[in-house]
Amino acid sequence: MELRRPNTTRTVLPPLAVTVGMILLWQAVSASGAFHESAFPSPLAVLRGFSEELKNGRLINDLITSLFRVSCGFVLATALGIPTGLWLGQKLAARLAFLPIINFFRNLSPLAWMPFAILWFGVGDASAIFLIFLSAVFPVILATMAAVANIPTVYFRVAQNYGINGLENLTNVTLPAILPQVITTLRVTAGLAWLVVVAAEMIAGRDGLGFAVMDSRNGLRSDLLVVQMIVIGLIGVVIDRLLVQLTRIQSVRWGYEH
Amino acid sequence: MSIKPLRLEKVSRWFDAVEVLREVSLTITRGEFVAVVGPSGCGKTTLLNMLSGFDLPTSGSIERAGEVRMVYQQDGLFPWLTVAQNIALGLRQVKNASEQTQQINELVELIRLDGFENHYPHQLSGGMRQRVEMARALAGDSDILLLDEPFSAVDYLTRLRLRQELARLLDERPRTVVLVTHDIEEAAQLADRVIVLSERPARIRYELSISAPRPRDLTHPEVVSAIHRILTELGIEHDYEKTAGDNHFVAVE
Repeated sequence: MELRRPNTTRTVLPPLAVTVGMILLWQAVSASGAFHESAFPSPLAVLRGFSEELKNGRLINDLITSLFRVSCGFVLATALGIPTGLWLGQKLAARLAFLPIINFFRNLSPLAWMPFAILWFGVGDASAIFLIFLSAVFPVILATMAAVANIPTVYFRVAQNYGINGLENLTNVTLPAILPQVITTLRVTAGLAWLVVVAAEMIAGRDGLGFAVMDSRNGLRSDLLVVQMIVIGLIGVVIDRLLVQLTRIQSVRWGYEH
Repeated sequence: MSIKPLRLEKVSRWFDAVEVLREVSLTITRGEFVAVVGPSGCGKTTLLNMLSGFDLPTSGSIERAGEVRMVYQQDGLFPWLTVAQNIALGLRQVKNASEQTQQINELVELIRLDGFENHYPHQLSGGMRQRVEMARALAGDSDILLLDEPFSAVDYLTRLRLRQELARLLDERPRTVVLVTHDIEEAAQLADRVIVLSERPARIRYELSISAPRPRDLTHPEVVSAIHRILTELGIEHDYEKTAGDNHFVAVE
């Protein structure tokens, strides 16, 4: 009902101070000469590298490539995972039959599929999307399934009392009842997918942020390496912040306020 | 001729080898308020599930004439819908949008929750939620109201207020009501007829009528006397009335 007003002096200043402190520490270590410049680039060198990468356009291209792959893999996994989870959640027999194998794949690192991904799809978009899909689809299935199986019976009885039947049962009861949990899973899964795309591109890519990291390593450009690390981390945060917006939808708030 | 909205004929219910209900026969007349009380685990909820049609008897028959709606202990509201949207579920037959809005407003006013139309259930207190449930169940032209311990999840004072509220709502919108409760006070304060069930397998052990008009005070002599009779029948209080030779209640068995 009542939202606590965000307090600027508590929510903005302390994290800003910590970040500035980290950069100062970074500068101090690099100035101390404990590491060689090529193994520990200074903040200034990274800043120069950043502007260089922006000017030649490579950073933006790699970023768009990686985001495209994550989006494709993630959308595919959601589009397939949610209906599958809905089905498994409603059918106990199917759940018993499929659960062990889904658990197996869920616990198998998607990166182990990399050699097959390259054999089947070659180097490029398709194999990266395939790996992201594999990393996301099983968690989405499992979470949707558990959410459906745990919907209180009382909701379906109420639905029956008030003449909600058939397809309406799915759209007006089942889906809204699982939505908060599904959104939470999508957040976790998107983070996972972002981790996987970088790893996938390091091995099976000719572009993308993961490939850029590998390329910087091969060119001994540790300054660019740091640029890419910062971008990868920031984008991960941005993706999560975007998905958090879904939890602000009025009709799902109940799922987060108990 | 009064129609019989609910009629149970020798209804028994077994769950595997466990007999939960044994040959329960009960006829409820239109507009009657019947409370069913009994020891916990005696089969009250089983009886209610069969009245509502969620469960079927192993033997015997149930006749039901009219639209049945159930009010639950708690969390019977859809948490993803607002107060107004939840109440609108009870008005799905009303196709005209402005007519529906008008009826929602009437109901919101009836339960004194004006200004809370767009609140979600989790933003309301337990007592407010139960009032919304009652409004939803009373919306439109339902005939039979089944109440499954509707006030057991709220605090004592709220419970007392909700009883008065229910009596008032039923005065405005009369329905045939079956209330299942372990709260004997509640039964005595609200019902026209109280059915006392035995331990499992549940049978009708005792039945008493209370004729005082609603709303009744908890300390109304007839309510107090009914509470005493029920507690005595359950073996919890001593039967001083009987020893005084002043038994004006009639046991069925």
